[in-house]
Amino acid sequence: MTSTPDVIVVGAGIVGAACAHYAARAGLKVTVLDRGPVAGGTTGSGEGNLLVSDKAPGPELELALQSAELWRELAEQLPRGVEYEPKGGLVVASDEAALTALRTFAAAQEKAGVTVREVPADRLPHLEPHLAPGLAGGVHYPQDAQVMPALAAARLLRASGAELRPGQEVTGLLTGPGGAVRGVRTASGVLHAPYVVNAAGTWGGELARLAGVLLPVLPRRGFVLVTEPLPRVVRHKVYAADYVADVASDSAALQTSPVVEGTPAGPVLIGASRERVGFDRTLSVPALRRLAAGATALFPVLAGVRVIRTYAGFRPYLPDHLPAIGADPRVPGLLHACGHEGAGIGLAPVTGRIIAECLVGGQPPLDISPFDPARFEAGGGA
Amino acid sequence: MSRRQRWSGREARVDGAARTPGELAGARPGPAFEITVDGRALPALPGQTVAAALWAAGILAWRTTRAGGKPRGVFCGIGQCFDCLVTVNGVANRRACLVGVRPGDAIGTQEGEGRGELAV
Repeated sequence: MTSTPDVIVVGAGIVGAACAHYAARAGLKVTVLDRGPVAGGTTGSGEGNLLVSDKAPGPELELALQSAELWRELAEQLPRGVEYEPKGGLVVASDEAALTALRTFAAAQEKAGVTVREVPADRLPHLEPHLAPGLAGGVHYPQDAQVMPALAAARLLRASGAELRPGQEVTGLLTGPGGAVRGVRTASGVLHAPYVVNAAGTWGGELARLAGVLLPVLPRRGFVLVTEPLPRVVRHKVYAADYVADVASDSAALQTSPVVEGTPAGPVLIGASRERVGFDRTLSVPALRRLAAGATALFPVLAGVRVIRTYAGFRPYLPDHLPAIGADPRVPGLLHACGHEGAGIGLAPVTGRIIAECLVGGQPPLDISPFDPARFEAGGGA
Repeated sequence: MSRRQRWSGREARVDGAARTPGELAGARPGPAFEITVDGRALPALPGQTVAAALWAAGILAWRTTRAGGKPRGVFCGIGQCFDCLVTVNGVANRRACLVGVRPGDAIGTQEGEGRGELAV
């Protein structure tokens, strides 16, 4: 065992990797623990979307805009490829009513600093030649990008120089006088550090419970269909305007809206479903059927393409659909960086920067009060 | 006894009489029929896979990889590795080791993902 680290990051997903990266860059000695492998949770079951397009003006959009810039930097800094593609998003509306709603949404986003370009129906084929005819129009979001999330987490962790200990589940938090964090307990022993960062994603609520505090992170299941490798048939991240409403919804029932994108490796990824069914990994044929139907309605060419596999993941969501980022006022030395729902890959760098600033007593790059980890405590946060 | 010697013994026993898997198994397939490979006529036997028919004709590679354009044919032979992908009657990415041949099948070698016509 090496000398005591300055900070222990629990979770080797993309958020934990980003926390490790920015903390190490701030001069801290970091150890990253995970009960599984790198990117073994939600990071490894996403599509790697770095989106501003699906976010309404507000605190999450501010995070996303800053994070988009940080991703651009990281993509250049990381020594080996993470399949970063600044390809832009294209949101399409099937009818005039949806287009009107999309226009209103985009206009508000533009005021908040998002670059938006309306695309009239007759211009859609220029952006996406395989798109179904008869759509009412769309909006192009050039700031949207994509990355291969598992590769990105692995490369970021390695570049950080942090000590990585996979396969080590945290079973308890060590506290000292006044309840301050002193480290963690794992099956193989104790590890001391004055700070612990909860980057446990969908399982962040369990880690908070070990610290004796409430952080109601819950899973929101999603499936992804993976097609056989294809040449580039879809240029942008393309999705239907109803997706934004689904993301913001509080419904527990199955919701699907087509989200289609190509990847540098060849397969087209098809999402997105949302349902609140706990940590149930059972394959849902109705969900997959709706994903396939939605995707082929948007891109009829996909009807002649084989799906080679599917996977499920659990988005970590908090009741107000905002992440928990920053120091926990209830437990000195405990910081949270979890609950990013379906936006964790995109929001990871800015989250890592905020956590690093909190650790060294610096100024976070934006107002983090909306992400206060104590905001769900009965009687209001601290 | 070394492995090589054992093999020598077995070859001595069969005495060169059984040279093909079909003969070794005592198979008595029906009459041969014709398929085409990139337009060229080849004989095939009922019950053969596409891969077996290609091998029997001395064709060992029928596609190129997506990255690097390297030649590929059968690797595992049991449907697991997806190395032997081939175009059958216009449908790309069929596993040659699993798909059975039928009279008149048009087999096509494929490049990369075999769906170049979809590229935008």
